[in-house]
Amino acid sequence: MIARSDFKKAPFLASATILYLLWSLVPVLIAVAFSFNDSRSRTQWAGFSMRWYFGDPLRSVWHDDALQTALLHTFRLGILVTLITVPLGTLLALGLDRWRGRLPAGANFLVLLSFVLPEVLLAVALLFVATTLASTLTTPVQLGTMGQVIGLVTFQLSYPVILVRARLLTIGKHYEEAAVDLGASPMTAIRRVLLPMTAPAIIASAVLVFADVIDNFVLVRYLSGGSSTEPVSVKIYNTARAAPTPALNAVATLVLVASLLAVTLGYFAWRRYARREGDTAQSLSAFTGEA
Amino acid sequence: MADRSSLKPRWLWPALAAPGGVWLLCFLVAPMYVVLAILFGTIDPILRRPVPVWNPVDWDPTQFNYVVSHIWGDDGFFGPALVRTGLYVGIASTLCLVIAYPVAYYAARIATKRKGLLLAALIAPFWISYMMRMLAWVNLLQNDGWVNAVITLGGLWDTEVDWLGGRAVTVVLGLTYGYVPYMILPLYAGLDRIPASMLEAGRDLGASRFQTWRRVTWPMSRPAVVAAIILTCLPMLGDYFTSDLLSGNPRTSMVGNLINSAVLTPGQTGQAAAFVVLVLLVSLFPMGLYVRANRDGEETRT
Repeated sequence: MIARSDFKKAPFLASATILYLLWSLVPVLIAVAFSFNDSRSRTQWAGFSMRWYFGDPLRSVWHDDALQTALLHTFRLGILVTLITVPLGTLLALGLDRWRGRLPAGANFLVLLSFVLPEVLLAVALLFVATTLASTLTTPVQLGTMGQVIGLVTFQLSYPVILVRARLLTIGKHYEEAAVDLGASPMTAIRRVLLPMTAPAIIASAVLVFADVIDNFVLVRYLSGGSSTEPVSVKIYNTARAAPTPALNAVATLVLVASLLAVTLGYFAWRRYARREGDTAQSLSAFTGEA
Repeated sequence: MADRSSLKPRWLWPALAAPGGVWLLCFLVAPMYVVLAILFGTIDPILRRPVPVWNPVDWDPTQFNYVVSHIWGDDGFFGPALVRTGLYVGIASTLCLVIAYPVAYYAARIATKRKGLLLAALIAPFWISYMMRMLAWVNLLQNDGWVNAVITLGGLWDTEVDWLGGRAVTVVLGLTYGYVPYMILPLYAGLDRIPASMLEAGRDLGASRFQTWRRVTWPMSRPAVVAAIILTCLPMLGDYFTSDLLSGNPRTSMVGNLINSAVLTPGQTGQAAAFVVLVLLVSLFPMGLYVRANRDGEETRT
């Protein structure tokens, strides 16, 4: 990762980077390692085993209903929210990019606002809607999966919008004009020209949204409707300080693996599209969600 | 450029934007109004449930005044947590910057070989759940955990530190650990954008490496630094779980903890709303800065 020639060029900066990488990744790797511990302890290593994944008949992830429910709910939310957010955000990006005026400027402001708004504020606001309005008004924001999905989509919508718009800016409008000149209807031009050309940004945002949703904590905790809709992050919060078994590390490890797998797959899919454009260096930061 | 797009009909673009725009109105703007209606509403005396008041003309500031009057003075039991929030967020984001700048600088300016791998490793914490990363430290910081084992050199002497028993140091370092990735990415992007020709010009004109950094790189990276600080501070402001997991002690409560405990207590919904509005007011300035910087960047690009 750190080449020797680079190290010689700037030994101080290279050492700082090495130290940072160790500090940021080793604790997590230790936590992952202890999910394979053969004893109950999360501090004393007792040999390798898969006990906390499926070996233990009561407390392993496979046999503990609470952990299994949490894991499944985590992935359910990840998939549902990605399926709604990405199309909604892509359409919003297309609309905002080509439509000029006060109204789209306001919508654009809302998108950026949702990007920087502290999450807890949105979570409390939606919790209030779900709890105090339920008696006076019918609202789709209900505690449980429904409310969680609505909150997460709202919070994540800015990712596809920002990424797809950045892509549209680099494309320009010549291609769709050419398509229309050649006789394509507007819808065909969007479907056959704009959507394929923005595909790298759409893939990147889908990956970002999925990986971010399965790690989400603040919104899903406030909007959960009891233990059946509590995902893994909430389980960790509830039990981390209450003498949990390494099964907690195991379930966290599974989410971690899913997240990294999604990102890796997404990266390769994205690279296949983006390679044609040849601007990998610049768009790598676009892939990481830096707007 | 009166008509930016050649695609007709005119209503096509508004129609595409409509679902997303309506969604944000319903689930971002309207809920914020509900917070205000609850904050300036009343409480059902028997059920202890909030009664929102929709018309701004009838708004009753009692609950807001209650919170504001208990920030300072003899009864200022909310004050310490607010001061603590400012301190913790300030120290933690400074530490984040001190750690992240050299790393981002190395990745953007020095690293040549295997840069992709380095970037992947730098980005990795971003994809690991915050709770997982805190859980990792809860394990390490146990009384019989590895941190104490290292400090006492494997039990050579008896100075076990109770790291998780309500220490400000633990919470501040936890916040730093948690939010550093949010700092590195924007810094890297900002430093990466500075054209190499600028730095070469500096060196050619006789500046040392440090002088080039101070006179060229640093001023040019300042917008990225500001953006990075904003992106790190704003989520930290609402954080309550770091303190809960790494301390669980009221001595390290932040404003997020005040919100969290008020939200879950019947009859205190109005207080929670008041804190939400306070945090929102404090975040408005940095949020505005960020939004403006982004919009300006966009205009110059088009």
